[in-house]
Amino acid sequence: MKTKLPPNGIARMDCEELNYDEPVERVNYDFGLSRRSFVKVLGAGLLIAATLPAMAQEEGRRGGGMGGSGARNIGARIHLGQDGTITVLTGKVEGGQGARTELSQAAAEELGVPVGQIQMLMADTGAVPDDGGTYGSMTTPRTLPSVRRGAAAARDLLIEFACGQWKVGSDTVQMRDGKIFDAAGKRSLTYADLAKSGDAAKWFEQAIPADVELTPVKEWKALGVPTLRPNAHDIVTGAHQYPSDIARPGMLYGKILRAPAYGAKLVSIDVTQAKAMKDVMVVQDDQFVGVAAPNSSRAEDALTAIAKTAKWETVPQPSSKELFDYLKQNAQGGVPPNPYAGEFAGAKVVRQTYHVPYIQHAPLEPRAAVAEWNDGKLTVWTGSQNPFAVCGELMRAFHLPGDGVRVVIPDFGAGFGGKHSGECAMEAARLAKTADKPVSLQWTREEEFTWAYFRPAAVIEAEASLDGGGKIATWHFINVNSGANAVDTPYTVGKKDCHFVPSKPPLRQSSYRALAATANNFAREVFMDEVAAAAGADPLEFRLAHLENDRLRAVLEKAAKEFDWPTRVKKKDPDAGVGLACGTEKGSFVAACVEVGLDRKNNRIKVRRVCQAFECGAILNPANLLSQVQGAIIMGLGAALREEMQFENGRILNASFGKYQVPRFDDLPELDIHLVDRPDLPSAGAGETPIIVIAPAIANAVFRATGKSVNALPVRLAAT
Amino acid sequence: MDTKISFILNGKPQTIVTDPERPLLEVLREDLRLTGTKFGCGEGQCRACTVLLNGASTPSCITAIGDVDKQEVVTIEGLASGDRLHPVQEAFLAEGAFQCGYCTAGMILGLVGALKENPGASESEVMSQMQRHICRCGSYAKYAKAIHRAMAQTGKAHA
Repeated sequence: MKTKLPPNGIARMDCEELNYDEPVERVNYDFGLSRRSFVKVLGAGLLIAATLPAMAQEEGRRGGGMGGSGARNIGARIHLGQDGTITVLTGKVEGGQGARTELSQAAAEELGVPVGQIQMLMADTGAVPDDGGTYGSMTTPRTLPSVRRGAAAARDLLIEFACGQWKVGSDTVQMRDGKIFDAAGKRSLTYADLAKSGDAAKWFEQAIPADVELTPVKEWKALGVPTLRPNAHDIVTGAHQYPSDIARPGMLYGKILRAPAYGAKLVSIDVTQAKAMKDVMVVQDDQFVGVAAPNSSRAEDALTAIAKTAKWETVPQPSSKELFDYLKQNAQGGVPPNPYAGEFAGAKVVRQTYHVPYIQHAPLEPRAAVAEWNDGKLTVWTGSQNPFAVCGELMRAFHLPGDGVRVVIPDFGAGFGGKHSGECAMEAARLAKTADKPVSLQWTREEEFTWAYFRPAAVIEAEASLDGGGKIATWHFINVNSGANAVDTPYTVGKKDCHFVPSKPPLRQSSYRALAATANNFAREVFMDEVAAAAGADPLEFRLAHLENDRLRAVLEKAAKEFDWPTRVKKKDPDAGVGLACGTEKGSFVAACVEVGLDRKNNRIKVRRVCQAFECGAILNPANLLSQVQGAIIMGLGAALREEMQFENGRILNASFGKYQVPRFDDLPELDIHLVDRPDLPSAGAGETPIIVIAPAIANAVFRATGKSVNALPVRLAAT
Repeated sequence: MDTKISFILNGKPQTIVTDPERPLLEVLREDLRLTGTKFGCGEGQCRACTVLLNGASTPSCITAIGDVDKQEVVTIEGLASGDRLHPVQEAFLAEGAFQCGYCTAGMILGLVGALKENPGASESEVMSQMQRHICRCGSYAKYAKAIHRAMAQTGKAHA
């Protein structure tokens, strides 16, 4: 689909991007029919090969992913209660990124009511439209306009209703304080009045008109202003129930037997001792072994007893020490050579290889689910970023029809791209099925570090040549294993060849905040500094000389100005350095300048100050935007300085917060954040892009301070 | 062996008969349905499970229920007085100092505990106590503002 240019000449995201999906490596549980019984039912041979993928595909279509089908009519998006309650329905989830607030603001804006009057019903697959997964910064560009259109359509119905009641034209009535008034301001009608009218149900069956009029930015009252999360009070009192807090009558607590290493297969096990324990329920279903008991300690005891009897067959696995060689050796079709290698005669050529390790999202709430079966139907409360896809996973695993599964996602304890899948939901459901009671399952921290999917590791090869004028003539950039996001360069270069090459991942890998843009932006921006050094140019000047994109230039210039880059870069301090980086991803633009302090004796890098400029079009909730940018900076800082999975022979060696050190209070640098508002531009998502410049800016500061190339994450001071 | 354990929970006497080695966190959440206290790591590394034990900030995930016999425990549910929030809760709310909020209850009780243990503590002393808490959303800047606000308020309250 081609990009359409609106009158202001700004490209809107095209449809391809709006239907953006993220690959997820799912756990393929199959509990409904064993492969053997499947053969019995359908007959052996071709039929299975032909039928299974087709079924999965069909269920996958029903079961979410992609952008979702959205609201089929006004009633699917907006529900008016006769008591005046207004409920907005959405398939989006709240994991701390601010969707609940932002979508409440959007509905309030178009309905003409205070934000506090809106109730959001989020991510209950039994009730809400499928708005796709909550990832890829899609809530803002895709769901928010959809909610606005639905709310505006409901507002227009109120206007139509009032005009019909009063027999007046629509140009004589006025919306004020959530009510509609006649020309004299004497008669008024509310959304509750509309809900009570006999025709309301029929009216709300209409499709949401695509051309419904939306409130212009300059008239915004609810959008564009700092707005606190609607359930903030419940957060500070502990009243909010996260997925792991859900309690059902008669509920048991589950534990799952995990393999001792990646790729290990269960050969034999004896569950008799555990089964004899008081009130303990044991499930053994092929490779799946789990227990449930009235409390977690008893479940743990039963699991320990079982684990002692388990015999495993292991296969050799690559370790983190040989990871990057392994990824290169297994690059599909090999690592492609530089097509411009024959053109280097006489030119200055720079080349570098970058290593980005596996890291873990480590949301503070580990995966959790409560599953309950009633009359063969399944309800699961869980923390996931993709409720409809989890619904699909449960349908597949238990061979249930679409109306046999309901997934509910209470506001949960963060995801960062790490909770797209439903393995914990399936495990809880499997235990609950045998127990015939609701089961709560929460993964331990070790499980979350070991069995949740990782941000992919990458090997990135970069090579560039300079022309006589010190400009980039050729640019060759290959990402092995981690992904295509931001693999292309935003800089104007003579010729470029940028590719992503898949490899054979040794660990389970999938999405992460900004995906591969974290790795690709790191390598590209650090390489830019090396190329600038080869050209004898200042990193800022060198970038600007290659940059045509106005929005990216604007944030880079803003950050550099606020940081006072030209002065700071000249200051000589053996124990400090400054660096900068910029980038664009998912329709938003970011640049950062950082100052680091070097503690050479203890081999430590301290990030002292981050000056970041970020632009994502019209700002919807400045308070939440600031939180997202601050959070992305801190998360990026952890990945830049310390985070790295260590593994050996299929075992994760640092599966705890003691060994895998995430940022804490003393890592907090001075933050100087500049949110650039562009009310003339459509709003883009902001939860991801602010992270992509942090690691390269830190690496560039260390490069500047030490004179030594930085070519790996986490950034370490080279031995001196 | 199940044992009878009696303690003061959020100002009221509480008795429970259970295995004394079970974590306090598990008993609070599973037996007493006080789910405001969160599981984060199970080894005292993240402090999402912080409660006040005799006024002191304590990780309930590595505290055995048997060890709170005859002691006094306060959880996030017991911090407000009726509808009136504790000043620290008010400060965190006023700053919107959280994102997912999963670490918030622990942060609040960690700060209340730090201020109780050392009412004259400087902000940097308090921050070094808060170093034990993880906020994976990285909301530290807003938390730091909330801590500053809470200390300014409680400072006034003490004066």
